[in-house]
Amino acid sequence: MPVYYDTQIDSALMLGTAQYPSPAIMAQAFHAAQAGIATVSLRREGGAGQDFHKLIKGLNIPVLPNTAGCHSVREAVTTAQMARELFETPWIKLEIIRDDDTLCPDVVALVEAARILSDDGFQVFPYCTEDLSVCGRLVDAGCRVLMPWGAPIGSGRGLNNVYGLRSVRAHFPDIPLVVDAGIGLPSHAAQAMELGYDGVLLNTAVAKAGDPVAMARAMALAIEAGRLAHQATPIEARDMAAPSTPVFGMAALGQGGMA
Amino acid sequence: MKITLNGEARDLAGPSVSDALIQIGLGTAKVATALNGSFLPAAARATTTLNEGDALEVVAPMQGG
Repeated sequence: MPVYYDTQIDSALMLGTAQYPSPAIMAQAFHAAQAGIATVSLRREGGAGQDFHKLIKGLNIPVLPNTAGCHSVREAVTTAQMARELFETPWIKLEIIRDDDTLCPDVVALVEAARILSDDGFQVFPYCTEDLSVCGRLVDAGCRVLMPWGAPIGSGRGLNNVYGLRSVRAHFPDIPLVVDAGIGLPSHAAQAMELGYDGVLLNTAVAKAGDPVAMARAMALAIEAGRLAHQATPIEARDMAAPSTPVFGMAALGQGGMA
Repeated sequence: MKITLNGEARDLAGPSVSDALIQIGLGTAKVATALNGSFLPAAARATTTLNEGDALEVVAPMQGG
């Protein structure tokens, strides 16, 4: 099971807390998913925050606050500082957006903010792209977890660049890796785990499913299947067929006159 | 004094940020604050005086992905 900044987590699934039909369904989905971490955010207090805080406490799992919606280093750093105080955790899912259509991370700002926050004692979980240079810069900046996207947030497109994600895994064998965003189906989540990723972070795929609780369970099963598959060392794909049934000992039945 | 609270113009007596939070009913609420774009720790609210035109952000836990 994954270890993030010396904290062992009992599940490879990080689950978001947004967009559920109701707080009760959210809680049931977390239970069904056996999620190890809950992602949360900060927004202007309009009256709902206090009840939500109690709901999150009731989940009894670590929370990972995010800086969703931030477009600059300064916004993200200030948001992280507020989150640390509010949620009493040094963990921060660092998210700085450059492009609003794709919610593509601003990787330049991300590296700068990651350095500022790491130097200030934060334990940064950067939402990044699968670019090896960016991932390297983030590690240089102090990140001990990387969270490359599978596809744009909420798109449900799965793993857009399997080669790239595999490369990140190969280049950073000792850094916990999480596919964050873009997961739509359990098969996508299983694929991420089959690549050797340590975890998957998803929200929309469960919260907006017709039956979020059932989908939460499906995701949990897929993630476990993918994790076991990776540990079991899958076979390499090949172009030519290779019979699985032994050829030796086959009865000679084709030499008669029936052709 | 006139300040901007979470993006809206408000007239609050203050004088401290702690006083202002009490005045808007969030004296004991689980919130975090930023003053003019910079984080203001909870421990500093009582000794931080609001000034005319300040922008105060008061945020709370919310759903997120």
